[in-house]
Amino acid sequence: MRRWSCLVQSVFIFVVVSFLRESNGEIASGQDGPATLLPPVKPPEPDHGPQPFPDEKTHLPVFTMDYPRIQLPFEITLWILLASFAKIGFHVYHKITIWIPESCLLITIGLIVGGIMHSVQEEPPAVLESNVFFLYMLPPIVLENGYFMPTRPFFQNAGTVMWYAVVGSLWNSMGIGLSLYAICQIQPFGVQDINLQENLLFATIISAVDPVAVLNVFQDISVNEQLYIVIFGEGLFNDAVIVVLYNMFIFVAELDVVESVDVFLGVARFFVVGLGGVFFGFLFGIGAAFTSRFTSKVREIEPLFVLMYSYLAYLVAELFGISSIMAIVVCALTMRHYVEANVSQRSCTTIRHVIKMLASISETLIFFFLGVVTITTDHEWNWGYILATLLFAFIWRGLGVLVLTQIINPFRTVPFNYQDQFGLAYGGLRGAVCFALVFLLPDTINRRKLFVTASIAIIIFTVFIQGISIRPLIEYLINIRRTHKQETINVEIHNRVMEHTVAGVEDICGQWSHHYWKDKFKRINDGFIRKILIRDNRSESSIVALYKRLELLNAMELLDTQNGDISAAPSIISLNDERKASYKPKKKFLASDLKNMHEVLRKNMYKIRQRTVEYTSKHALPDHSKAKEILLRRHSSIRRSLRPGSFRDPAEARSYRYSSLPAGANLDAHFPPRPQDDPRSQMGRPFARTRLAQSLRPSSHAMRPIRELDTLRGLPVGESRGHPASVDVLNEKSSGRYASPSSRPPSRTAMVPTPRIGLTSAVPRNDPEWETEEEVEEEEEEGQPQSPAPSWAADTTRRQSPLLRQTPRDSHGPR
Amino acid sequence: MMTTRTCCGRQFNAPQYSSWSLEANSHRNNMGAVQSGPTEHEFQDIADRTGFSLEQIRNLHKRFKWLNNHQETLRREDFEKVLNLSLNPIRAKIIQAFFDKRNFGMNEVGLVEEIGFEEFLTVMSYFKPPNKKLTEDETEALRTKKLRFLFNMHDTDNDGTITLEEYRHLVEKLLSTCETLEQDTAQDIADAAMLEVARTTVVHMEPHEVYEGVTFEQFQQILKGIELETKMNVRFLQVNTTTMHCGK
Repeated sequence: MRRWSCLVQSVFIFVVVSFLRESNGEIASGQDGPATLLPPVKPPEPDHGPQPFPDEKTHLPVFTMDYPRIQLPFEITLWILLASFAKIGFHVYHKITIWIPESCLLITIGLIVGGIMHSVQEEPPAVLESNVFFLYMLPPIVLENGYFMPTRPFFQNAGTVMWYAVVGSLWNSMGIGLSLYAICQIQPFGVQDINLQENLLFATIISAVDPVAVLNVFQDISVNEQLYIVIFGEGLFNDAVIVVLYNMFIFVAELDVVESVDVFLGVARFFVVGLGGVFFGFLFGIGAAFTSRFTSKVREIEPLFVLMYSYLAYLVAELFGISSIMAIVVCALTMRHYVEANVSQRSCTTIRHVIKMLASISETLIFFFLGVVTITTDHEWNWGYILATLLFAFIWRGLGVLVLTQIINPFRTVPFNYQDQFGLAYGGLRGAVCFALVFLLPDTINRRKLFVTASIAIIIFTVFIQGISIRPLIEYLINIRRTHKQETINVEIHNRVMEHTVAGVEDICGQWSHHYWKDKFKRINDGFIRKILIRDNRSESSIVALYKRLELLNAMELLDTQNGDISAAPSIISLNDERKASYKPKKKFLASDLKNMHEVLRKNMYKIRQRTVEYTSKHALPDHSKAKEILLRRHSSIRRSLRPGSFRDPAEARSYRYSSLPAGANLDAHFPPRPQDDPRSQMGRPFARTRLAQSLRPSSHAMRPIRELDTLRGLPVGESRGHPASVDVLNEKSSGRYASPSSRPPSRTAMVPTPRIGLTSAVPRNDPEWETEEEVEEEEEEGQPQSPAPSWAADTTRRQSPLLRQTPRDSHGPR
Repeated sequence: MMTTRTCCGRQFNAPQYSSWSLEANSHRNNMGAVQSGPTEHEFQDIADRTGFSLEQIRNLHKRFKWLNNHQETLRREDFEKVLNLSLNPIRAKIIQAFFDKRNFGMNEVGLVEEIGFEEFLTVMSYFKPPNKKLTEDETEALRTKKLRFLFNMHDTDNDGTITLEEYRHLVEKLLSTCETLEQDTAQDIADAAMLEVARTTVVHMEPHEVYEGVTFEQFQQILKGIELETKMNVRFLQVNTTTMHCGK
């Protein structure tokens, strides 16, 4: 249903646009389309000034309407909105986008809108002006691809990717071009006037593959990563190659005679352009990374640097006529890791979102306009030429993959088998770049219309037929190797171990491969580059990074879970039976209490994360230091809990626990228990049952010597950390006999209901910020009862005086 | 070429293998002094057994000789010659693997002091790229073999499990290149990883049970996602050439 409402909205927008333009009497002015960025809006006709009622005398107008003034941005906005609404619409019923690629749907919507426009004689927006496309639409798409390129598999397969992208593009354009030239010699088709250069130009255009739809499918069914990265990389670098070739052929097509010198110069230029792009990209990437080193005080504009530097790389490359696509891709690749190490967590998220969003808008618009333009342009249909184009594009692509794979396979550790090759060949959809390039053909090319028609035909054919059929084909017919990617710490660790092992064995037997170069690069990187580009150089292993990410995710889920079922918050992998087990304690609460409690908690939690520290100064942006802190404490507790043999000496253990108890003791005295009080329930899932079972026993916090704890809380970190007799979750299972009430960690008692639940939720919150801060602190502390954080000592005083709080909090800055 | 005999280290036919190594030993003692290496015929013999091509064996033999200064056997110290290895964070484990009897395919455990060319080759054979024409079963066997090799690397005391201590040691070594990293972090990660294994693989656990460590089955289970058979490979091409094989 929502889909229809979206459509209705879309149509409404469209009608509004038309109406407004009608009302200004400026329709059908040809080059003055809604989304034209170039020509300035026409000056309004004399009687169409701000004065809406020309008959009257000039008084102060009560109501004015100056549409021409806002026309350009207004219409751009509306077009983007229209396309975006269409996009929402597709996702209402998710199965549509599974079986039909989004690009198909966008083109279809575009066709419908185009049909409407055509019927009311509306001109399509001139969105595909050369400058608009190259300066505004293409960069976001390419930036997104470059920025989100899976670096490791890419560099492992860099040779293959480049091989397919460069040689494959040349192969396709030459092959198709020459074949079409041969077709042109056949009398009955009536296309003898197309010369070789023009054929090559056209062939180049339709060699630009755009595998977005295929990549989505491949990602969904998780094909092996080699195939994925090759298609991904090919699509990306193929664009770069195609644009270079295109510019060359445009130049050549206007020459009457092509000399051999020109061919040589063309080859030379090809390399200059490509390598120049790499150079500029690298330069700006380093620049961005270096700049981001100093942005810690201006968090709010951090993401801007990434975008601006990338765009600058693109523009400068355009300025010198070198490959701007290469420049922006290399720039994104270069800066990404350094920038993300420098900027705050939020900025990082923002950067990613903005890049994704821009790319998504661009792509949506391009496919959308593809549909529109298909209807609204004049076509020249030539059966022979267009069918030949389709046929040759298909054949040369298949042949190219076959031949190129045969050549590259001996150099690959994991050769592509025939199924992979099929995926590669069939994944050669044509899309945005192809469409844009053909529209940018200068009018001097005769038969331009035929080229446009043929290109649109091949795009629609590949996007619809291949795009729709590739999923069922791969899923049911062709058994492509699949990778089941798991993001677990174990996988990461063992991947690393394996890589190191292979590198080591290669060293031993004197082999050099990418492992060698990777090692080498890593050493230079850690020893030199990182030191310059990253503010606080903690050279971080990907294992640590992944670990942190997973933990953060975990904590976030923990905090975000609603419905009171926090103990069953989705962890990375949660076992069903355990989940059921964790439901049990819930029954002990009154449902309403529980709900209340969680409501309060949840709200406060959000405030914490969004408000407290963050907005103390105008330029500060929220960050995740809070969550990190929770994690940090949690880690140490997990580690401690795993330590074997901690029950050798129960007496010692007990005394140790006393020292770690204050958190819990305070907690229980001041705050309502919460199911998520013990984040370990996430990590320690298998053991949850045990702890839960114990938690059913009567609460013991009343028996704990609270005063005594206060004296002990200042325990030095080092001492307690190294203490062997720590609370041991693992062994606690077997330690029921030691679980005397007084020695039990507070985390367990927290499961037991206390009469404070209702109270807390009823407490009037006249100072929400203060309240929430306290809540979070408790949250941390509750989770880490054993963690002897020194900050504890200050806690009691802080609680008494809300004002004092700001001081320690500020020191908790992102660093 | 590749038979199940070589595929799964643990399933090696023990008597056959030992006879081979006996043979090899005698060869080493008798003929070693006369000529610097096995003859073509013997190469062919080894090639049949290990699945390496003749050229690969020749290359590896050259390297073997280079490593041990044309001695008959290879000792731990010889690995110091490999400069790049000294930068490898887990070099100790890698070198250890070459002297671990478990990796020689005989049903023996323990460590040896020096290895001959055959043992060297046997260890190397864990890193052979998969043959294109392998069947499903063979691929699976190859995978198991490689996994077992990795598992043995971590399970230093051969008790069938990677205990927490062993796991921590591994992670610490792995992260030892990051100087600035706190030691705690490595431990945290090892602990978290251990818990992850427990959570994902142990379906049911009695309250009194203690999670001992990762067994081989669990190890297999957690590494389902890694295409070991396609990643844990060394190409064994020309030795000591400066050409970079960037195809992959």
